[in-house]
Amino acid sequence: MSAPNKSYDPVEVEALKPEVVEQARDEAFAAFAAAADLDALKQAKVAHTGDRSPLALANREIGALPPHAKAAAGKLIGQARGAVNQALARRQTELEAERDARVLVEEAVDVTLPYDRAPRGARHPLTTMAERIEDTFVAMGYEVASGPEVEAEWLNFDALNLHPDHPARSMQDTFFVQAPDGSADSGVVLRTQTSPVQIRTMLDRQPPLYAVSPGRVYRTDELDATHTPVFRQVEGLAVDEGITFADLKGTIEVLVEKLIGGHLELRWRPSYFPFTEPSAEVDLQCFVCRGESVGNPDRPCRTCSSEGWIELGGCGVVNPRVLVAAGVDPNRYSGFAFGLGLERILMNRHNVADMRDMVEGDVRFTLPFGMEI
Amino acid sequence: MRVPLSWLREYVDLPAGETGRDVAARLVRAGLEVETVEQLGGDLKGPLVVGEVLSIEELSGFKKPIRHCFVNVGDANGTGEPQEIVCGATNFQVGDKVVVVLPGAVLPGPFPIAARQTYGHTSAGMICSARELGMGDDHNGILVLESHLEPGTDAIELLQLVDEVLDIAVTPDRGYCLSMRGVAREAAAAYGLPLADPALLDVPPANAFGYPVKVADPAGCDRFVARTVTGVDPAAKSPIWLQRRLQKSGIRPVSLTVDITNYVMLEVGQPLHAYDRGRVQGTILVRRAEEGETLTTLDGIKRKLSAEDLLICDDSGPIGLAGVMGGATTEIIDPVLDPETGEVTGSTEVVIEAAHFDPISVARTAKRHKLPSEASKRFERGVDPEAARAAAQRAVDLLVLIAAGTAEAGVTDIAAPRPMRTIAIGADLPDRVAGTEYGRETVTRRLQEIGCSVVGADVLEVTPPSWRPDLTDPYDLAEEVIRLEGYDNVPARMPNVPPGRGLTEAQRFHRRVGIALAGAGYVEINAYPFIGEAAFDGLGLEKDDERRRTVKLVNPLNDEEPALRTTLLPGLLGALRRNVGRGNTDLALFETGTVFLPKAELTVAPRLSVERRPTEQELAELNAALPDQPRRVAVALAGERQPSGWWGKGVPSGWADAVEAARTVARAANLELTVRQAQRAPWHPGRCAELLVDGRVVGHAGELHPRVVKALHLPERTSAMEIDLDLLLADGVRKVSGPAVSAYPVATQDVALIVGSEVPAAEVEAALREGAGALLESIRLFDVFTGEQAGEGKKSLAYSLRFRAADRTLTADEASAARESAVAAAAERTGAVLRGA
Repeated sequence: MSAPNKSYDPVEVEALKPEVVEQARDEAFAAFAAAADLDALKQAKVAHTGDRSPLALANREIGALPPHAKAAAGKLIGQARGAVNQALARRQTELEAERDARVLVEEAVDVTLPYDRAPRGARHPLTTMAERIEDTFVAMGYEVASGPEVEAEWLNFDALNLHPDHPARSMQDTFFVQAPDGSADSGVVLRTQTSPVQIRTMLDRQPPLYAVSPGRVYRTDELDATHTPVFRQVEGLAVDEGITFADLKGTIEVLVEKLIGGHLELRWRPSYFPFTEPSAEVDLQCFVCRGESVGNPDRPCRTCSSEGWIELGGCGVVNPRVLVAAGVDPNRYSGFAFGLGLERILMNRHNVADMRDMVEGDVRFTLPFGMEI
Repeated sequence: MRVPLSWLREYVDLPAGETGRDVAARLVRAGLEVETVEQLGGDLKGPLVVGEVLSIEELSGFKKPIRHCFVNVGDANGTGEPQEIVCGATNFQVGDKVVVVLPGAVLPGPFPIAARQTYGHTSAGMICSARELGMGDDHNGILVLESHLEPGTDAIELLQLVDEVLDIAVTPDRGYCLSMRGVAREAAAAYGLPLADPALLDVPPANAFGYPVKVADPAGCDRFVARTVTGVDPAAKSPIWLQRRLQKSGIRPVSLTVDITNYVMLEVGQPLHAYDRGRVQGTILVRRAEEGETLTTLDGIKRKLSAEDLLICDDSGPIGLAGVMGGATTEIIDPVLDPETGEVTGSTEVVIEAAHFDPISVARTAKRHKLPSEASKRFERGVDPEAARAAAQRAVDLLVLIAAGTAEAGVTDIAAPRPMRTIAIGADLPDRVAGTEYGRETVTRRLQEIGCSVVGADVLEVTPPSWRPDLTDPYDLAEEVIRLEGYDNVPARMPNVPPGRGLTEAQRFHRRVGIALAGAGYVEINAYPFIGEAAFDGLGLEKDDERRRTVKLVNPLNDEEPALRTTLLPGLLGALRRNVGRGNTDLALFETGTVFLPKAELTVAPRLSVERRPTEQELAELNAALPDQPRRVAVALAGERQPSGWWGKGVPSGWADAVEAARTVARAANLELTVRQAQRAPWHPGRCAELLVDGRVVGHAGELHPRVVKALHLPERTSAMEIDLDLLLADGVRKVSGPAVSAYPVATQDVALIVGSEVPAAEVEAALREGAGALLESIRLFDVFTGEQAGEGKKSLAYSLRFRAADRTLTADEASAARESAVAAAAERTGAVLRGA
């Protein structure tokens, strides 16, 4: 490098001539543009921006210029180098994007490949149906109660106003448990209904009581498409001051709306249960034919046997005798109770045609129901 | 109760256009369960007429007798000429009146009739049997009609072939609806029309010269009416109208006297019994049986009587089970035709019994002798004691009218005094029960409609009618008002429920168990809890295994499965096998449910009073008679746990999955499960884990014993787990304290230890954990191998230990020291030596 020379004419320095600088810059542009990949660009970068590049060498000459010429030369070289660096960065970005795109294409897979490596599980729809009903009532403020499946006759019958000679007691085909002496006089049965839980709930504590109780019950029916000896009911009980039949109607209507939807009609039929008075059977309009099959032999409906209605369950105002047996003052409190068949609700809500499918445990039946219903 | 609409109209003047379905809908809303509305003769089309057989030519040469007949059908065929008909039945003669169906008609089936050539003749129609007309299953050949009928008369009308029958399932409280009278009363109320009560008859008063009757047990029989009819023509047959009504009601016509007693029972609801007076010896006596007495009932069965059975007796001994079934020795003799003389012999003197028996006594007797009858069904549910006289009178009238009998003037009527039942009911009780306002007037009117007499204002004094023994308290009356006013008219309202507690901890836990297992790939099943010895044998349980001690049923569905399960495994494995049989091979199933474990000391549950709340002592006795019913969960696995696929090889399911399922369950309660090697049927003796929480055994898991797999026809290497959720949760869900998370770097150290192959990995890990001290963050076994490198009878366990301090970066020396301390503890407690050391 030469020392400052006040009489030095910058024009005389070949490398600092504007046309030479421009040429070096343009050559750099061309080299970057010509670089086909990142490796080529790296070589071009060394050649045009490295220590030995023409512009770097030209930059060194500035130091030897007279002071008045330094500024102009510095600006000239600086601008050129700035433009080169920008071009380099641009090309670098371009080439990197090209490379990334190529690699990602190469890494592409068939995302439609099936993947059943983790086994799928499911809960039984009767379980999740019971939970859904529980949740509906828990949201209203009810509690979930339970009782034993092998139950004392007193709780399953007597306390529910079904005395030993009551005709309704023989209507229910009861499984009797053997007494220690092998006889039928054990006083113990497989519960035929979830209603004994009502009694247990009332024996447990005083009103106000609001409870639902899903559970398995037993009758001596053979298994077929519409019967099973082991089935599920959901029992509901409300005991409080001033409970009426109207409260029962409102509650069942809400349940049906939450469970099935409010678009189907309900029919309330007077019926008879010893433990409620008045008693009612609630029918839901057939969701398949909506009643249009009734008296219409050309359009029979298998779901409702062309009756137009599907039985949901029984209910009523708790018979004061039941309150007395369970230690609740019938002069102060009244209540309502209902019992719904879960299998039937499942059949209706999810178009299950054959009861046996709910019993046999075939995974192909249960899997589609997943974790919730 | 089958109710022909045409018969019902006799008592209620229903609107002319009203169909069976319309009536059914009204009755359903009033609380009668109309199960079906049967259309009789719905597809029947005439001409169907009375014909007179003019000539019969027996054709021979065919496989069966064939008759070529000419029948006078009046003008019904349009020509008035005799109708030529070929017939295959032979039970009619020239001059008989028969039913002829003419070409163009359609019989029930539908079965269209046309003229055709057959057996070499033209057959322009058919002579009909009762079955072909849809009149029941009687196929004793051609239906021969009464001789006075005019040929050409429309037989559809004559035989009342077109009708609708309502089939009503009568609930036990509505005994009165087991009669036309009762159903008609409901129909009248439903339509707001007057009722023509068939029991409103003129009956002569009781006198001293009726058939002698003595009632020794007035509690069992509070009414006994006896009437006598003499000169009954045994040849008299039930007229068509009577037969048809019985048939439509589902009762087969038998003989005139029996038909009449059945008819009156259907009409007014009073079961009657007819005795052949000539066969009854002396005074009729109503009394309880003596132990050891016997009676041969009408069905020919000799029955051993119990001292509780109420009997009808005569001087010879028992002649009937009161209210259930009559005896064979005094029954009406079926008319018999002497073919030579043409004379008909049979009972000519008849004693009609119309009595009222105690419902409970009848129910018990019917149940004891397994003899439910039309009579017992009615007595059990309550018969109107005040209808006895009218019913007897009606039977007498019919015998006189149809069988040309003579009613004897004697009328026996023994009546025990019946207390007047009066119920005081607040006039607003129906309002308070229903949650709406009816008002006193409506309440009074509705109660009167069902036959009550009502007096009073704010408090009504109500006397229920004699046919409603079910009305015993004010709530019974409130129900009547509410149902007659219509449930549809009760408003819907929501009760004001106080805030609830939500689900209990245990309920939430049970849900989490199901969700966790389903999330881990298990499918839930619900098996029946019925079980038999074969299941226990299949599981390879020892003879004295406590699981063989079961709760047994008196009346199981299947004699092979008379008991309730003490383990969930048989049902679960059954479902597994069924799935495999149906081609589902890779299976992971679970079930939650109760098992039934008899108490150590077996007791009988007491029958407590229902007049008051039981005492705590009494409740404890009830519950003591029940088995323990803990809730369990079980899983069963077979096939591949993870299938092979494009990602690589699959993983077979096995003992470790079963144990892991138990851990999954325990984690739902935030509990850590301890696993111990164990031996217990039905598991493989070397692959069975005992599962513990806080030192108590809560279940077992592992691979099933190969013998069990073979015996139960399960896939090889089937694994299973069963755990008691109640035991698991005995101390509740573990409450977690939030861990302090250190942000300092981790120091990882690996150790490979050689231990005796019998040393459980769980013990080695426990020792390492304890030796490593507080700096240990986690430990993980990453390799196990046996073989030459490990040495004979040894195995190598390789662990990765992660150390971290809460307050500083650990130095290499600190981490190494902790590791050495861990290894030292393992060495001391399990004899472990560092591999390569």
